[in-house]
Amino acid sequence: MFAGSGSGGAARRPRPASFGKVRIAVMKDREGHAPTGGTTEAARAACAPEEAPGGRLVEMRGIRKSFPGVQASDGVDLRLDRGEVLALLGENGAGKSTLMNILVGLYRADAGEILVRGERASIGSPRDASALGIGMVHQNFMLVDTMTVAENVVLGIRDLPFVPDMAAAKREILRLSECYNLKVDPDAYIWQLSVGEQQRVEILKLLYRKAEILVLDEPTAVLTPAESEELNAVVKRMKGEGKAAVFITHKMEEVMSFSDRVMVLRKGKVVAEKATSDTDPKDLARLMVGREILFRVEKGPFKPGAKVLELRGVSAIDERGLPALRGLDLELRSGEILGIAGVAGNGQRELAEVVTGLRPVTAGSISINCVDTTGKSPLEIIKSGVAHIPQDRNQVGAVGDMSVASNLAMKGYRARPLSAGAILLPGKMRELAKRLIDLFKIATPSPETRIKFLSGGNIQKAILAREIGACTSLLVAVYPSRGLDIGATESVRKELVAERDRGLAVLLVSEDIEELISVADTVAVLFEGRVMGLFPAAEADPEKIGALMAGMRERGEETTP
Amino acid sequence: MELITSILAIALRAGTSLVYATIGETYTERAGILNLGLEGIMLMGAVCSFATAYYTGSIVLAILVALAVGAAMAAIHAFLTITMRANQVVSGLSITLFGSGFASFLGQRLGPESNNHRLVGLVGPRLKPENLPWLSDIPVLGALFEQDILTYALYVLIPLAWFYLYKTRNGLNLRAIGEDPQTADAMGVDVFKAKFLYTIAGGALVALGGAQLSLSYTPGWSENITGGRGWIVIALVIFSMWNPARAIWGALLFGGINAIQFRLQASGTTIPAGFLNMLPYLTTILVLVAMTFWESLSKRIGAPAALGNAYMREEK
Repeated sequence: MFAGSGSGGAARRPRPASFGKVRIAVMKDREGHAPTGGTTEAARAACAPEEAPGGRLVEMRGIRKSFPGVQASDGVDLRLDRGEVLALLGENGAGKSTLMNILVGLYRADAGEILVRGERASIGSPRDASALGIGMVHQNFMLVDTMTVAENVVLGIRDLPFVPDMAAAKREILRLSECYNLKVDPDAYIWQLSVGEQQRVEILKLLYRKAEILVLDEPTAVLTPAESEELNAVVKRMKGEGKAAVFITHKMEEVMSFSDRVMVLRKGKVVAEKATSDTDPKDLARLMVGREILFRVEKGPFKPGAKVLELRGVSAIDERGLPALRGLDLELRSGEILGIAGVAGNGQRELAEVVTGLRPVTAGSISINCVDTTGKSPLEIIKSGVAHIPQDRNQVGAVGDMSVASNLAMKGYRARPLSAGAILLPGKMRELAKRLIDLFKIATPSPETRIKFLSGGNIQKAILAREIGACTSLLVAVYPSRGLDIGATESVRKELVAERDRGLAVLLVSEDIEELISVADTVAVLFEGRVMGLFPAAEADPEKIGALMAGMRERGEETTP
Repeated sequence: MELITSILAIALRAGTSLVYATIGETYTERAGILNLGLEGIMLMGAVCSFATAYYTGSIVLAILVALAVGAAMAAIHAFLTITMRANQVVSGLSITLFGSGFASFLGQRLGPESNNHRLVGLVGPRLKPENLPWLSDIPVLGALFEQDILTYALYVLIPLAWFYLYKTRNGLNLRAIGEDPQTADAMGVDVFKAKFLYTIAGGALVALGGAQLSLSYTPGWSENITGGRGWIVIALVIFSMWNPARAIWGALLFGGINAIQFRLQASGTTIPAGFLNMLPYLTTILVLVAMTFWESLSKRIGAPAALGNAYMREEK
C-alpha cells in the first residue's frame, strides 16, 4: 500500500552520470559571467538581475559574547552595505563564527545591538533571521542526509503550505539552479551528493528563501579550485543584484579574490578593517597572526632510502559498492613524502584506508617494508610501524569525551610503559601526556580536559603527537591541515617534514595544492581511483595538477576558455 | 478458508492495540525521543479507561480519559528528557515502572466496595464488533470488516499518519528533527516545541492502545493486561522502519501469532502452553536480529539519526 515511499529504500537510485560533466562546463566560465549554454530565453529573462539599490544592510554594534572561559566576541562593530562582499578573516577561535552565529540567531549576544536595513532587529532564532532575509551556509552543512534536495530546500520555510507543492518547489529549484549555474538534481538524496554539490544545495536554499544577506562560513574549505571559482561567480552575481555577503575565512588568497572589504579579527576583537584593494596577503597574515609568517616550508635535501610501501594493482570499493580504487600502483620509500592530490571522492580516503587495513582490497597486493600486509587487520598493520592521521579527526581520530591524556595514550596503551598486563598505569599516561603537550605545544588547560573542548588545531596536534610517537616506518596523513589556521598549519607541515628528514615515509593526502608542492617530494594525482600523473614535486605546478585532478591528461586540451 | 478468515479476524483484533502504540511511538521516535515508558503508559491507559467505562458507561469518555492519561505520562517523559535533558532510557524505564505499579494500585483501589475495591473480575461496557454490510461477506478479506470501531479507526489513522509524516510541512519538519535537530533548528523549525508535541501525542496514542485491550480485546481489567505488549511495540517500530504505513504488517504478524497460539491451545495440542505463550516474544527477538542485519545492508533507512540524543543549541 504505502510502503516504499518517503525515505524508504526503493526510492534510492544512483546519481545521474551527467553530473561529472558539470565541473568541466564550470571551469570554462572563469570570468564569472552568467552561463549561456543550455539556458532558454525564458529562463534567462526570469533571472535577469533586479535593480541594485545601494545602502546599508546590516550594522552590528558593540557585540559581546562569552562562553565559559572564553570571550568570543569582545565589542565588535560590523557594517555591511548592499552589493558588497565582506571578508571576515581570523585564526580559529578568533570569534568569526560566533559573531555570525549571533547574526543568524543561533547564539544570543550578551550585549550589543543589530540593525537590519536601518531598523533595530531582535534576532532570537534562525527563523527571525530568515524573515529578515539573512541566511548562512554553515561550515558543516545544515542538510538532512536522508532527505532529498527539494525537501531540504523547503525545510523550515515560514509560509510553506501545510501540504507543500513539491512539484512547484522542484520547478523553482531547477529555475534557480539554471539562473545561477548551480546544477543539482532536486530528487537526489543529500547523502548521494558530493561535498561540492551539497554546497550548491546550501546556496540554493538561501536563494529560494530570497535571502539578501548571505553568510558563508569557510565555504571553500571543502571545495576544489574549480568549485571555488563557481562559488565566486555565484557570489558576484548576487552582489550585482544588490545582495551582500559575509565571507568567513582564514585563507588570504580567498580574501583577495572574493571580497571588497576585509575585517581582521583576533581574540574576539577587530584588529583591522580595510578595502581589499588596499592590502595584500602578507599584510593580512601579519594582522591575523600578529607576527610574520613563513609561507615556504624549509626542508632538507631529498634522500630516499629503502622501499617502505608498495601497492600493486590495488582495487577497492566504497560504501555504495562502487569501485573507488582501480588497479592502483604506487611506491613510497623512506625519507620521502608522497603527496596524493585529487578532488575529494576520487579514491584518496579509500587509499589511506586500504593501506591502514581499515578497508579490504578487492584485488592487488599491498606490502609494507617488503612484508605482504594485504588483508591484515589494522592492529597488525599498526604493529608493523604504520601510523594514521585520519581524515575525520573528530570521529575517527579522537574520542571527544575522553581526556587529552587518554587520547594521547590511545596508541601505546597496550604495552609498557603505559600498562602492565591488563592494568593501565594512569601515572605513566599523565607523564606521557605532559611530555607530548610540551613537545607539540598543544594548548589545553590540563591533560585531564576532555579533548572536544580543544580547538580543531589543537585536537589535530594531539593526534599528530600520538601518531608520530607511535610511528616507526610509515605515516599516513589524510588532510592533516584541513580546517586549521595558518599557525597550526605551519606547525603540522613542519612536523611532517621533520619526520621525513628523520627517515620516515609519509603518505600525504591533501586537497591543498600549495601544500603538496611545498611539502611533498613526489606528487601523485588521483582521478576516479586511478593515478593520472606521478612526478617530482619540484616539477609540479598548480595548473598542471589542477588539470589532472579534473581528469584531463593533456594540458590545454579542455581547459582553455 | 474459514480458518484463515477467523485467524485474520483475531489477528487484527489482537494487533489493533499494537498498531496504535506503534504509530504513537513512531512519531515520538521520529522527533528523536525514545520513550521506553510504553508498557507503563499502556497499563495506565487500560486501567483508567476501564474504570471510566465501568462507572460512567461511556466508552467515548473512557477513550478520552485514556488519551489524557497517556498524554500526561508522556509529558513527564518530555519534561525530563527535553527540558531537563535527562537520559531517555532511564526516564522511560522509570515511567514504565511507575505506570505498572500505579496501574496495579488503581486496579486494587478504584473498584466498588462490593468487589473489595478491586477492578479485577468486573464486567463493564465493551466495544462490540460490528459487521459492515456486504463488505464483511467478502471471502477472507471480509475479516477486515467484522471489527469494532477502534479497529475501523485504524483504516483511517494509518494512511493519515503516513500522509502527515511524508507529505505535509509538519511531517517534513518532524523527520528533520529526528534526523538532524541542529539543521532543523538552523532552518527555523521549532525543535523544542515539536519534540514536546510529538512525545505527548505519541503517549496519548500508546495509552489508546492500552485502552483497546481493556475495552475490546480482553474486556475488563486484570493485572499485567498488556503482557509485555509495550516492549513488543519497541521492536515493531524498528520492524516498520519508522514508517507508520508499515506498522500494520508487524502488528498483524504478532496478532497472527497470538491468534494461532490461541487456536492451537483450543484444539488441545500437546505443545505446552508456556511454550506457545513464549512465541510472540521469541519472534520479537528474531525480528530484531533480522532487522538489524537488514539495516546493516541498507545503511540509510535506519533509526532517526539523532534518536536518544538530548539537543541543546549552543553545545559543542
